[in-house]
Amino acid sequence: MVCDLMKAGQSASLRKLFDEIGPVDCVGIEERVAKYATRSIKKVAKVWGLKTAVSMLDLTTLEGKDTPGKVASLCRKALRPSDDPAVPSVAAVCVYPSMVRHAKKHVAGTSVKVASVATAFPSGQAPLKTRLAEVRAAVADGADEIDMVINRGAFLEGEFGEVQDEISAVVEACGAAALKVILEVSELETYDNIRAASFLAMEVIRAGDFIKTSTGKTSLNATLGNNQVMIEAIRDFYLDTGVAIGMKPAGGIRTAKQSLQFLIAIKETLGDAWLTNKRYRFGASSLLNDLLRQLEKEKTGAYQAPYYFSEATESY
Amino acid sequence: MPTLVSARKKAASGRNGRSGPELIFGDLWPYDPAPETADPKLKPRYELFINGEFVAPKGGKYFDSINPANEQKLAKIALAGAADVDAAYRAARRAYETVWSRMPGRERSKYLFRIARLLQDRAREFAVAETMDGGKPIKESRDFDVPMAAAHFFYHAGWADKLEYVAPGRGVAPLGVVGQVIPWNFPLLMLAWKIAPALAMGNCVVLKPAETTSITALKFAEILQDAELPPGVVNFVTGAGETGAAVMGHPLAAKVAFTGSTEVGKIIMRSLAGTGKKMTMELGGKAANIVFDDAPINQAVEGIVNGIFFNQGHVCCAGSRLLVHEPVAGEILAKLKNRLKVLRVGDPLDKNTDIGAINSREQLAKIHELVDSGVKEGAALFQPPCRLPAKGFYFPPTLFSEVTMSHRIASEEIFGPVLSILTFRTVDEAIEKANNTAYGLSAGVWTDKGSRILKMSTELKAGVVWANTYNKFDPASPFGGYKESGFGREGGRQGLLDYAKLI
Repeated sequence: MVCDLMKAGQSASLRKLFDEIGPVDCVGIEERVAKYATRSIKKVAKVWGLKTAVSMLDLTTLEGKDTPGKVASLCRKALRPSDDPAVPSVAAVCVYPSMVRHAKKHVAGTSVKVASVATAFPSGQAPLKTRLAEVRAAVADGADEIDMVINRGAFLEGEFGEVQDEISAVVEACGAAALKVILEVSELETYDNIRAASFLAMEVIRAGDFIKTSTGKTSLNATLGNNQVMIEAIRDFYLDTGVAIGMKPAGGIRTAKQSLQFLIAIKETLGDAWLTNKRYRFGASSLLNDLLRQLEKEKTGAYQAPYYFSEATESY
Repeated sequence: MPTLVSARKKAASGRNGRSGPELIFGDLWPYDPAPETADPKLKPRYELFINGEFVAPKGGKYFDSINPANEQKLAKIALAGAADVDAAYRAARRAYETVWSRMPGRERSKYLFRIARLLQDRAREFAVAETMDGGKPIKESRDFDVPMAAAHFFYHAGWADKLEYVAPGRGVAPLGVVGQVIPWNFPLLMLAWKIAPALAMGNCVVLKPAETTSITALKFAEILQDAELPPGVVNFVTGAGETGAAVMGHPLAAKVAFTGSTEVGKIIMRSLAGTGKKMTMELGGKAANIVFDDAPINQAVEGIVNGIFFNQGHVCCAGSRLLVHEPVAGEILAKLKNRLKVLRVGDPLDKNTDIGAINSREQLAKIHELVDSGVKEGAALFQPPCRLPAKGFYFPPTLFSEVTMSHRIASEEIFGPVLSILTFRTVDEAIEKANNTAYGLSAGVWTDKGSRILKMSTELKAGVVWANTYNKFDPASPFGGYKESGFGREGGRQGLLDYAKLI
């Protein structure tokens, strides 16, 4: 009984938080992001954008058929995406927990981090104890970063306290590893919910941790619209508290052109301090080869055939 | 127990007057120039367009049209005198009596469809010409002015063969020849707003574009020739105020339609009193954009920016008076300042430019004069740091906070990128302040509460009330003012009826 009341009290105070953070107007968001798509990025600015996007990549493979061999080839691609030494390494490789130790072998001692999805990715439908154990195991195997999923069921039920407590528990289990909190925006459905869930997570994660759009395993993943809702939440939270949270759109960003539009959104919403892989990441795989293709085109003036680029990354 | 926001909020010092966390909008990733390069196909000299042909003015005089972005001469434009205006009216009357009013609606409709399509075909060329002549950013002429102008012709083409349904229970007939004078802020779009409904209803037209922005009208005349519109149905006479007075005062004009300043509108109405001519006036505005504390704040900030900085603020329905609910006034001002820092002011032909050139030296001087008055009267000025081009007419985006109703910048139309910010405490106070103006063209309401939107739209004395958005236009939606913002409507069924007599 007392416990129930406490729970109700928590949810009530979080509802108050939602009142405080205010609503989101869908039409307004779509209109704002349409303007990013009309920006024209040329020459030096384009090359800078493409290289920066490469450096922000979490090169990802998340499949049942992943093997140590596949992960090895992914890691090599991550370390040296192109023969051109001016093209930087990507930020991280992102794998399932069982692949962490294999990935770590290849990238240890380099700038490339190992990120692992955990907490019963992608559904999160496992007991909390199991999910935390998975996080600890991944960290013990050498994961530098953990990508967790929030409990969308609890969120949609209105059990906001539970959602937040679980995120806190994962923060603790992470230890020194950075945390990325996946909201799975397509299951939250509305921009209001996405904004609320962003704040819910930002309240309990640490400076330098991230919020992330999606698992890449549902119908709708990162869009400029939900990216905008989340980076506006990050901005509002930063201006209020001084705590800088990072952002990771994931899934659905396949072309260099798209990635530049996301970077424009960052430049014009959060400013220069977020134009770094410490605070912004792309969860993608096929994007990398398009970035390399565009960089090659800027250099030579011609598009190269796809078979000139090594294919380590055909998944999501 | 979840940690609540308050613990961290106290950690940030922003609220206590000391400087808090700031965003950096610097030069880490500057955009390279991205000029639009389509050829505007300008002629060195433009003649009058009378009776389907380009003819030299009888007085033999021309004036220069310059590019406000760099003060370079674009073309010579013919100066029409009273005799030229008279020739235009006679041609229009002849076309009206012999061809256009007798033509079945479905045939008129074909011409309008053809004009719309030809305009779409040459959209890029027209966008570049419009930007060079008027100073507006290419992204606006490309994505708004030209497509909307074509949309108006398409919309009215659809009406031309359905006029028996436009006034249920009544028949409609054209008025005759209409004289039209349009402003320099949306030269091609205002031309479309004026010409399309007039032609659909069966009227013929004598139109005078603004003297600083005549070029797209004369390029549009080329489209009329390509469309093989019968000679005399549309005539363009170019020049300044005197030519305009001749167009408005001509005895053959059955109706006059004017878009421009309230001052000139009053002069026209005075001179036409008692002549029995029908009139439509679309005049100035000082719109209130009202933001309540429950509004989606981030989108409201975007809407405020769109409301006042669209087309450098050269918009009669610009949201130039921002009324903010006191609980969110500080937050909105802070967010607006950050937003202004990423607005790009400069070469209108650059695809990344958000704010282009002020239309003319005279307009720039007027903006300076009013902004100076705001500073003198004690309002707080904010302008983001921005590099303006050395040549040409430019003005940085400007915010005035701590404005009261008695400031000149709160009551006079500035017609530039200048926003005056006032605050209110209650709904009634917002309504009272919003309506406390001689104008009544448009207003904006930002709130998450549907019932409040309905109440506000009933109470606000404004022709258009936008809810949770601003500056949205559609050919099907009537546009026009209350009080000294004018009368008559443009667009929609109502706009069409202003070009008809009911029988």
